[in-house]
Amino acid sequence: MRRLLKRFFSNLNFSLGFVLSFVVVAMALVSLVWTPYNPNRMNPRDRLQGPSISHPLGTDQYGRDTLSRVMTGAVNSIIVGLVTVAIGLTVGVLLGLAAAYYGRFVDEAIMRFSDLLFAFPAVLTAILITSVLGPSMINAMLAIGVFYIPIFARLTRAVAQGVWQQEFVTAARASGIGEWAITRRHILPNILSPLLIQGTIQFAVAILAEAGLSYLGLGTQPPNASWGRMLNEAQTFMNLSPWMAIFPGVAIAWAVLGFNLLGDGLRDTLDPRMVKVR
Amino acid sequence: MTQSLLEIKDLSVYFDVPEGVARAVDGVSFNVLPGETLALVGESGCGKSVTSMSILGLIPSPPGRIERGRIIYSGRNLLEEKEEHLRRIRGNEISMIFQEPMTSLNPVLSIGRQVAEPLMVHRGLSREDATAEALSWLERVRIPAAAKRLEDYPHQLSGGMRQRVMIAMALVCQPRLLIADEPTTALDVTIQAQVLTLMHSLKEELGMALMLITHDLGVVAQVARRVVVMYAGQVVEEAPVADIFDNPFHPYTQGLLRSMPRLGQNKGRLAEIPGTVPVLTETIAGCRFAPRCAHQFDRCRIEAPPLFEIADGRRARCWLKRYPDRRKAHV
Repeated sequence: MRRLLKRFFSNLNFSLGFVLSFVVVAMALVSLVWTPYNPNRMNPRDRLQGPSISHPLGTDQYGRDTLSRVMTGAVNSIIVGLVTVAIGLTVGVLLGLAAAYYGRFVDEAIMRFSDLLFAFPAVLTAILITSVLGPSMINAMLAIGVFYIPIFARLTRAVAQGVWQQEFVTAARASGIGEWAITRRHILPNILSPLLIQGTIQFAVAILAEAGLSYLGLGTQPPNASWGRMLNEAQTFMNLSPWMAIFPGVAIAWAVLGFNLLGDGLRDTLDPRMVKVR
Repeated sequence: MTQSLLEIKDLSVYFDVPEGVARAVDGVSFNVLPGETLALVGESGCGKSVTSMSILGLIPSPPGRIERGRIIYSGRNLLEEKEEHLRRIRGNEISMIFQEPMTSLNPVLSIGRQVAEPLMVHRGLSREDATAEALSWLERVRIPAAAKRLEDYPHQLSGGMRQRVMIAMALVCQPRLLIADEPTTALDVTIQAQVLTLMHSLKEELGMALMLITHDLGVVAQVARRVVVMYAGQVVEEAPVADIFDNPFHPYTQGLLRSMPRLGQNKGRLAEIPGTVPVLTETIAGCRFAPRCAHQFDRCRIEAPPLFEIADGRRARCWLKRYPDRRKAHV
């Protein structure tokens, strides 16, 4: 275990990604119990302030503390990342496993369904879904999650097909282990690391997507804090108080970069073959 | 006569390939007696492995299909059994070991868990009990410091050790028949001998039958009692091991023996069998070995020879049985 950790942390991408995402997660966790100010409490007297001792990241047009809002925004982003990846993983892995196992018609049907989903421009369709179902964080997560299904389905299918060809699967069959047990105990553990890598990367993409939807007003609804939403509100006051836009923007870039690097680092360490290719 | 443990009758397994139908196994019959070691010999692609895979119902379909035949095990035709029943036989009554110890173990599961798995499946043991039993089996296949090895992963073991793990995995449920498909081919010669000796002694201990699939006649001489020689999907000769080595009947068997390196005979090139194995998708009139055979005559090319009874317990698929004078003296 210690050796494994050492291997991970000797990778620059992983270490950097780990530190960046750790800050985001820590911020989110702390905000659950403590924030400098109530993130939704307006305080007109302190509006549109720049960074100061009492408000390290300044305040917005209603005098709400930007640091507190960035912190609660982190919770929002993490929840979106977790839920969307969970949707994509559960449905996608099941579909991918089924496609790899049954092949032929089932495979064809599932993969064409994936193609169909892929053919839609993701953001436009997410906008469509949220505008039909009504703008809310839950609907935004649903919209993003749906587009993750084909990504995980394809990945699972591709990797699982390879694993089914392996001799140890034949050996497992020859010892009388049933097909479902083989899938669960032999196939799944073998495809875990590519799924983990993809999951981390999709987590980053989801944060970005949610920020985008919230920026358009289709995601998290006021007064709740979301980084995208904060950017949107800051837009009007760009000339008066650019700080309002800078900090949520930095937060988004920080988190996306962090989780992306984490994913890359995981790939480098878990899948040495990929490194050689690059 | 002893009751056969396993009887294969007229088994034909075809594969649908882009070039047509490959008759990988074509009318193969032989039997395995309880507790004996039977060697199935032949070069690559002669249908040895396909035969063994069809015993356990592991032929991938498509492209493979069992065209005809019966595989009788304890009075039942395995080819007609339901998947559910076959699964209870696999790894429990009939086990199999594969050629590549590098790829036949799951790289992400510990070896203890892999050896324990058949026990959990067939005996319904809890994980703790199965692991304890697995440990005793790892000791039986002489894995040093087995208790410490339980948590090891396959990549931490050498090829020979992995093959021992495979053997343990195949034997935990104490099967009546072990099918070993080229179990030592991928190993170093010194390790080969160790693994063979181990398999042989465990076979004696458990009183199980061993069906050894190999192209290595040296291995055959070491452990087998009876030999079935296959060529291009057919049985060409079947005989007790002594007869195969001292007095082979079929020209193919003779060729195989001549192409085997021997100590003290290192002058010049090894003898080879001229020509190559026929393409299995083509229909061949006459004997399948005829194009490569030094003794072949007109009948060989026109009509396929049946499997003649040469002596008690000896069979050969060769016209030379009927026309002994056609056998050339020095080839």
